[in-house]
Amino acid sequence: MNLSISPEAVPLIREGIFVGLIIVTVFGALLATLAKRMTRAVLGLVVCFLGIAGIYYFLNSPFVALMQLLIYVGAVAVTICFAIMLAEPDERKLAAKTPGMAGPLAVLLGATVTWVLAGTAIKAEWMAPAVKINEGSVKDVGVSLLTTYSMVFELVSIVLLIAILGSLVIARSGRDKAEC
Amino acid sequence: MAEINFTKLLVHLVVLVDVVLLHVAYATYFERKVIGHMQMRMGPTRVGPMGLLQPIADGIKLFFKEDIIPAAADRPLFYAAPIICLVAMLSCLAVLPFDPNHVLADLNIGLIFIFAMSSLASYGVVLAGWASNSKYSFLGGMRSMSQVISYEIAMGLSLVGVMMMTGSLNLGQIVAAQAASPFGIYAIPQFIGFFVFVVSMLAETNRVPFDLPEAETELVAGYCTEYSGIRFSLFFMAEYIGMIVMASIGTICFLGGWNGPFTVPYVPFFWFLLKIYAIMFFFFWVRATLPRYRYDQLMDLGWKFLIPLALANILLTGLMKTVLE
Repeated sequence: MNLSISPEAVPLIREGIFVGLIIVTVFGALLATLAKRMTRAVLGLVVCFLGIAGIYYFLNSPFVALMQLLIYVGAVAVTICFAIMLAEPDERKLAAKTPGMAGPLAVLLGATVTWVLAGTAIKAEWMAPAVKINEGSVKDVGVSLLTTYSMVFELVSIVLLIAILGSLVIARSGRDKAEC
Repeated sequence: MAEINFTKLLVHLVVLVDVVLLHVAYATYFERKVIGHMQMRMGPTRVGPMGLLQPIADGIKLFFKEDIIPAAADRPLFYAAPIICLVAMLSCLAVLPFDPNHVLADLNIGLIFIFAMSSLASYGVVLAGWASNSKYSFLGGMRSMSQVISYEIAMGLSLVGVMMMTGSLNLGQIVAAQAASPFGIYAIPQFIGFFVFVVSMLAETNRVPFDLPEAETELVAGYCTEYSGIRFSLFFMAEYIGMIVMASIGTICFLGGWNGPFTVPYVPFFWFLLKIYAIMFFFFWVRATLPRYRYDQLMDLGWKFLIPLALANILLTGLMKTVLE
């Protein structure tokens, strides 16, 4: 059985895949924010990451997609999961209600961010549609990281360094207090 | 125009999964025989000649056992956990080149694909531990996570040396580059990487001495305590497929893949299979020999020993590559 796909159907399938990935991502995000149990929320985050990885793959960068899986799903979410299970073994305790102002403030902030981002996205002059700049191969990613985007690369590493230092400071002071 | 030959794809898929599941069944037989003889026992002997039908009998028994779900379990997650495990492991099979012409998906970044998929599998274990709502399962899940964060980095780093020597993440190309290298296998020039890989491979597959998530002597059966029947067997299959996948990665990246001293006519995957079974034998040998690590010892081993060693290996490989060129 040879299934040939007519040229007219190709854009339709493409749209379908894209919308499907968006649905997965949004579903994950909703689960992450609305779930009462923390573990389910983390699972929602994982689903969201998976959807985003799918979008990367769809946009012709398999390497970035798999890195998204490896780093965010395989490491970051696992660490979050670990922290939650370590900190709160009593899973029956449902997430506490947030104070009254938090909801409206979150909506306001979220709406502002969405508005600004959407506005920029609509108004911005996009580059010619990136057909396939390169194979998305490891070598290309590596070369552009260390040449074109080396500044970003360095800045990100500084951010990570600060994060590590911060966590060390918090952990250190906590331990001292416990000993006193 | 895009044209997909579905029949060929489907046949490929079914054959691959069936063959691997058959290997899984007989890997259990192999394991019981090997460990039996190491402990001066016979292993299975009753079902069929030399007990050869034992795995089939076990499979049938598991399929028809009652499927029990604890009343206090988180049902959706309880259902999903074994499926996540199995799917993640099965999808690894797609990129493995068994011989020059047999690979389902010749992905350019096959190695990373396998890492990504096997890191997904640990969610199955963690969720099973959490969703069962039992303290043994929960402890198993916790341990599994602490294990993931301590060895997976070492494992990734141990293979960076191979990537540097090959300049590719395509598993087929890694084998081809290896055949052209002076020693024929990377296990010799990359012996540090190979050592780190073997240790973290045992941890990745939850095998002794790192079988902390299961630990049948202390946690009943760890994360799969509350699972029975077919759901338990899904975990079981996932574990053994994981072993086969990791053995294949070891074979492909360090032991020369499908290449051997001479070509065996009509059986292009002969050497590949032989090497996989050699590594599987090693798994069982270790299981019969070593006691279990404590989980803080595992974290110490991962963070303080394996990761620095793997980093040193990367540095050394880079230096050697620069000097030799």
